[in-house]
Amino acid sequence: MIALLRRDLAIATRAGGGFGLGLAFFLVVVVLVPFGVGPETSVLTRIAPGVLWIGALLACLLSLDRMFALDYEDGSLDLLATAPIPLEGVVAVKALAHWLTTGLPLTLMAPLLAVLLNLPPQGFVWLVVSLALGTPALSVIGAFGAALTVGLRRGGLLLSLLVLPLYVPTLIFGAEAARRGAEGMEAGTPLALLTGISLGCAALMPFAAAAALRVNLR
Amino acid sequence: MQQDRGALKSRGMASLWEYANPKRFMQVSAVLLPWMAGLSALCLVVGLVWGFFFTPDDFRQGSTVKIIYLHVPSALMAINAWLMMLVTSLIWLIRRHHVSALAARAAAPVGLVMTVIALATGAIWGQPMWGTWWAWDPRLTSFLILGLFYLGYIALWEAVENADTAADLTSVLCLVGSVFAVLSRYAVLFWNQGLHQGASLSLDKEENVADVFYHPLLVSIAGFVLLFVALVLLRTRTEIRQRRLQALLNRERMA
Amino acid sequence: MMPDLGKYAAEVAAAYIVSIVLIAGLVWASLRRGAKVRAELRRVEARRGRSDG
Repeated sequence: MIALLRRDLAIATRAGGGFGLGLAFFLVVVVLVPFGVGPETSVLTRIAPGVLWIGALLACLLSLDRMFALDYEDGSLDLLATAPIPLEGVVAVKALAHWLTTGLPLTLMAPLLAVLLNLPPQGFVWLVVSLALGTPALSVIGAFGAALTVGLRRGGLLLSLLVLPLYVPTLIFGAEAARRGAEGMEAGTPLALLTGISLGCAALMPFAAAAALRVNLR
Repeated sequence: MQQDRGALKSRGMASLWEYANPKRFMQVSAVLLPWMAGLSALCLVVGLVWGFFFTPDDFRQGSTVKIIYLHVPSALMAINAWLMMLVTSLIWLIRRHHVSALAARAAAPVGLVMTVIALATGAIWGQPMWGTWWAWDPRLTSFLILGLFYLGYIALWEAVENADTAADLTSVLCLVGSVFAVLSRYAVLFWNQGLHQGASLSLDKEENVADVFYHPLLVSIAGFVLLFVALVLLRTRTEIRQRRLQALLNRERMA
Repeated sequence: MMPDLGKYAAEVAAAYIVSIVLIAGLVWASLRRGAKVRAELRRVEARRGRSDG
């Protein structure tokens, strides 16, 4: 399993693996927002947590379709399915690799972009904490979506349609925690709920994703 | 001996089993469908005409109260359609009855239209009452999310070519989607306390809606339920025919 | 014939029209697809019946 993780990380970070694309996308989305809503700092301050969360979510979505697609095309997914490790474990490892190459960098980059949106200083900690706790859920839910659409032509668009509604609870609690933190309110409750969602998804979604993969590999 | 025959016939038996259940369904539904369609038309006409022409105006809401005869039944059916899809998806995953998977597929567009009706009538009612077409109220938002789930479910059915694969994948999506729909419901409640009044219908509180409005509403709900059943029967019959057609064409191509 | 709907006449009428149009559209689409598939199936079955002899 460690070997699998290392291999996935290597594929994602090598040239052409699209490692930086998600981060660049995140940057561009955040830069575009002031052009759309105007440069007033008071407005930007108010919407910063939500914009950063949505940007991170979309950047996460961008790299999902590659999670299983490459392995499906060259047949190594069939090998993994018959390998001694359970397919659920494979899914979990792949989601972890996805998080390490997208969710984690996005979380680390968010404070830099928050400066652009004039996020108040007390909000930075909460933003990073909420993203760190929430992005694993995005990766695991995304793994389920990717497993559903793995064999399809033009699966990418369908993947977004399937996955985005599933992101609603994560987004609500994540953005709410970041917003409350930025406004100096108590943010513990949404953070606890967000953690609950992440843990629940990490525990259960690999099973759903593995079931979908087995159907697609049949 | 018995086993040999079984082995020889296994291919034939498989296709026989595949058709045994749908055949029975086709027979039963052929009898039921005209009744359901007729009854639903009757209930809908009676309920809606009664509601539209022969109910008084509400002292607070004026004549907009008449929209309830469309809004409440369609909202009810939008949720019940998803519940039915959840049950039929489970039946398909556990018992592998083809009719079950096809019924789920047949119900999805009906549920989507019901969601759209509930949202549209709600918006039309909200404009004079709340002064806005749309508010990000928990109930409205939950319905919008439910609509998105319907869209994704239908899109997945359309995208997957192999029918059994599509049935499996959409069933899994339906299960996961149900969990997330409930999660979203609570997340949205947490996110925004709303304008929307509580449920207009409950069994223990008679005073929720006065009797003058209540009776035509019940007829109208019955009409919507029957309409849903009739449409699902009709559409499932179409799906079964479509499957059989596909099977025949495939066999032809093989030969 | 038409009840007095007061100042909300447009809203109530619009709600009924929208709903009825949507339901009619759904019923029409279901019936049309049903008829199409049925005719197609009948055609293929007839052809097979001949070729099977």
